[in-house]
Amino acid sequence: MKEKIQIIIKGIFAENPTFVLILGMCPTLATTSSAINGLSMGLATAFVLMLSNLTISLVAKLIPDKVRIPSYIVIIAAFVTVVDLLMAGYLPDIHATLGIFIPLIVVNCIVLARAESFASKNGAVDSIFDGLGIGLGFTLALTCLGFVRELLGDYSVFGHKLTSGDGMILFILAPGAFFALAYLMILFNIVKRKFVKK
Amino acid sequence: MEYILIIIAAVFVNNVVLAQFLGICPFLGVSGKVSTSAGMGGAVIFVLTLAAIVTYLIQHFILIPLQIEYMQTISFILVIAALVQMVEIILKKASPSLYQALGIFLPLITTNCAVLGIAILSIQKDYNLAQTAVFALANGVGFALALILFAGLREQLDLTSNVPKQMKGYPIALIVAGLLAMAFMGFGGIVK
Repeated sequence: MKEKIQIIIKGIFAENPTFVLILGMCPTLATTSSAINGLSMGLATAFVLMLSNLTISLVAKLIPDKVRIPSYIVIIAAFVTVVDLLMAGYLPDIHATLGIFIPLIVVNCIVLARAESFASKNGAVDSIFDGLGIGLGFTLALTCLGFVRELLGDYSVFGHKLTSGDGMILFILAPGAFFALAYLMILFNIVKRKFVKK
Repeated sequence: MEYILIIIAAVFVNNVVLAQFLGICPFLGVSGKVSTSAGMGGAVIFVLTLAAIVTYLIQHFILIPLQIEYMQTISFILVIAALVQMVEIILKKASPSLYQALGIFLPLITTNCAVLGIAILSIQKDYNLAQTAVFALANGVGFALALILFAGLREQLDLTSNVPKQMKGYPIALIVAGLLAMAFMGFGGIVK
């Protein structure tokens, strides 16, 4: 059990998809105009990651090497369609805000990268935990980014307004996404460096 | 006039990379040099336009008549992957010099979310075939423009050595991208 927890922690910190591996930047920047949006995008991706990792680890030995990548993409696309339809049915509001970025989970480099570098070489249980860890790391990063942008851009936290006023709209708009991510990345690196030294 | 509006809106006002955040991975990854960026930009313009036209035909002649629109994501990504492979093979035979220039970028394009994103967007916007082609072409040009501008800025950035240690690499690149996005916001009022 200790190993499994280590796989999860590795996904969140040492191999954080956003801050360390720099993968999946499109949804990271596009869907984090508020903390809730970031959180739901992260969870949707984590869900796809766990299921695709599980399926791919089970069938990896049956797939010929040459058609590996297209087969993985089809498996991932199937789960993305499941998530897309489920969200359209049960969470129509969030589905409308995230819009085109739900089907675009298919081309999120994180999912294919984990399939190729972890799930195809490891067992089913480890693969689920890897998907969970990386998914949670992604969710954490997106929620932090959304939190910062919402706080600065609208003076609110998870939709609750702290003070009246409009906030710095720039942080809700496109340029703010780049700035906020840049400074969070610096912060993450500083914290990680201190943590590793100890 | 309608087409000119689509072009201006796609290239400047709603730039794929800087306003819609599609294709950020190659934008950050490949944009070290102006020459490689131009190569990548050319390859994306080509594949993006072709993919949007083919996916339009699939949506309207296969998925809608058979009422299987929910297969959109799966069928589009498969078609784009196959298309990229095909373009690669044809270019290799037909124009070795162009293949030399674009070759290494082609496999990367399958996972460039701008391609799938624009294909889905033009269907959501209910464009007809001609509008889809123009929209995709303009978005490809917008992508190339942003990529080349950004590469030029990063080349200059490498020449200055006084970037703080913590900001080297991705953080400073993201800040430059943010400034570029701010500059593009200036086009905001042109098209309503």
